[in-house]
Amino acid sequence: MSVRESDLDKKKMARERWEREYGRAQKRDADFTTISGMEMPPLADPGDLAGFDPESGVGYPGQFPYTRGIHSTMYRSRLWTMRQFAGFGTPEDTNRRFKYLLSHGQTGLSTAFDMPTLMGYDSDSAMARGEVGREGVSVSSLEDMEILFDGIDLDRVTTSMTVNCSASIIFAMYLVMAEKKGVSWDKLRGTLQNDMLKEFIAQREWISPPGPSVKIVIDVIEFCARRVRGWHPVSISGYHIREAGSTAVQELAFTLADGIGYVEESIKRGLDVDDFAPRLSFFFNVHNDFLEEVAKFRAARRMWAKIMRDRFGAKDPKSLTLKTHAQTAGASLTAQQPINNVARVTIQALAAVLGGTQSLHTNSMDETLALPTEEAVTVALRTQQIIAEESGVVNTIDPFGGSYLMESLTSRIEKEAFDYIDKIDRMGGIIAAIEEGYPQKEIADAAYKYQRELDTGIKTIVGVNKYVHEDEEVPIPLLKIEDEVEEGQRQKLADLKRRRDNKAVKARLEDILLAARRGDNLMPFIVDAVRDYATLGEISDIFREAYGVYRDPGYF
Amino acid sequence: MGQENRLRILIGKAGLDGHDRGVKIVARALRDAGFEVIYTGLHNTPEAIVETALQEDVDAVGLSILSGAHNYLFPEIIRLLEEKGLGDVTVFGGGIIPKEDIEGLKQKGVKAVFEPGTSTDEIIGWVKENVSPRAL
Repeated sequence: MSVRESDLDKKKMARERWEREYGRAQKRDADFTTISGMEMPPLADPGDLAGFDPESGVGYPGQFPYTRGIHSTMYRSRLWTMRQFAGFGTPEDTNRRFKYLLSHGQTGLSTAFDMPTLMGYDSDSAMARGEVGREGVSVSSLEDMEILFDGIDLDRVTTSMTVNCSASIIFAMYLVMAEKKGVSWDKLRGTLQNDMLKEFIAQREWISPPGPSVKIVIDVIEFCARRVRGWHPVSISGYHIREAGSTAVQELAFTLADGIGYVEESIKRGLDVDDFAPRLSFFFNVHNDFLEEVAKFRAARRMWAKIMRDRFGAKDPKSLTLKTHAQTAGASLTAQQPINNVARVTIQALAAVLGGTQSLHTNSMDETLALPTEEAVTVALRTQQIIAEESGVVNTIDPFGGSYLMESLTSRIEKEAFDYIDKIDRMGGIIAAIEEGYPQKEIADAAYKYQRELDTGIKTIVGVNKYVHEDEEVPIPLLKIEDEVEEGQRQKLADLKRRRDNKAVKARLEDILLAARRGDNLMPFIVDAVRDYATLGEISDIFREAYGVYRDPGYF
Repeated sequence: MGQENRLRILIGKAGLDGHDRGVKIVARALRDAGFEVIYTGLHNTPEAIVETALQEDVDAVGLSILSGAHNYLFPEIIRLLEEKGLGDVTVFGGGIIPKEDIEGLKQKGVKAVFEPGTSTDEIIGWVKENVSPRAL
């Protein structure tokens, strides 16, 4: 027997001995699947990497397939952008919160709008009753936008705006506001969420049906490719898909399927893939199941690189890289014993960083109860700073790379997500799948299954179905939005509607309607309309008139 | 199937609030428990919810509100129910509702407010105990 053979035998014997010992041993009566229900092996070893080629599968950061990160230096050159989502009450209230966050070391802004703004209603609409300024800031007109960014240097911050069916209007307001401040559009940096497909799948804010909604998304992509080249016109979002109760694999699959949908539609519009793909960005959730989450980010990058190169023939390396924002999972936070949420957010944030995110929002401990207080937001921001500057995990790029478990899990997630994408392709693409309610039903099933696992105690949430405090009092202060916000915003809008040139507004709105009927790109017309102070609700009404209104089919 | 299992329950979302993960789970759990469940889907006015309650002849209305508009929507829907002669319909709900607002909502006629983390079994149990068929 040669030396080599006896070495191999020894390894095999060690493996067999471990298997025997593991098999004999008493195991805890616990569930060993991930939060998404994926089976996890008790131990991963070289056998889990059979057939896996580390050169082509993992490679190097900054190189295809980007499993280890999109930049060659990752956090050694630049940390991720710490970007806390903020918005509540009046534009004045949120402007103060923005300035507070910037003065505490935050490096980018992220705007949360209230529900009326997000659904295309002005603060004085009957549909807005009781909701003005509650879940975000109220913006009905260019005037509100000007107050929101008053005193903030637009050429020095990057701004993210979470808005979808009314994104084209909000973006037009941002552009005109910048123009009035003397900042040219090519200097603007930021991201518009503008992802309508995931609205129908999960977040559920819409005006018109999927077809015309996607048309307006592509209008913004095309407009940016030609005139606002530093801007990310869409942030393809899995966040809300996960919050709606999907598994990690579903989040990844449906998000990339949405991305494929936008790329296909943009190419149909006549754009060259490398003309817009470098500015596509992504937004993922980061949940409690630490290893599954790190693997999800790694799989996402590898999948997108393959999709863009092999399916769409993209050549610019920037078209192949999946740039992503991450946010810790809101749905994972508990109203019970809310201070425990700080620990959850820390684990999730660490997963996003080890997953190689480009920017991160950490949720505040009080967010299941209300919008966050200044104190709670500060703890959330400090959590990121502690990870960045104390934990040491930023010193080495992709520290999990090569781990038996991490590489095999990344490959499994990739395979399962591609299976979903194949299925969606066979249905005729993501728009057809959404019209059939396919992703919506898959997610509802997963959400229900997880809830039953909680109700029966198979899965644990500390403080909710285990280690419960009876009769606990909420130990933390909560932010209250005063009822006066709504009345104040309504009055301000009424006043604007008296002051502006109403004849010009009417003409600009008519121009948008005609452009919609002709099938033109609406962006230039919307920009002109908001410049004359046409409101968000008025322009949304034109969308309703031109394209119709979508009604929730109410699957459950 | 017992008497209580033939109860008709309207599960509704009012206003612009798009959070429907919880409401769909509750609707499904109540249906699986044997109740007749009618789910409104998203984005209804209080008037539309009450109109559906009338048309569907329901015994209870459960509302899910995560938008912060609970102090407006619950009392408004209760007022409209009374106006339509449906004052005996049991109104309950859940969502993101601060503890300090719950007492005020109960005084205005909301029979139960379920907070985040409530199990579906608890909601089913409560409905069985507290909702009775309306006298016709």
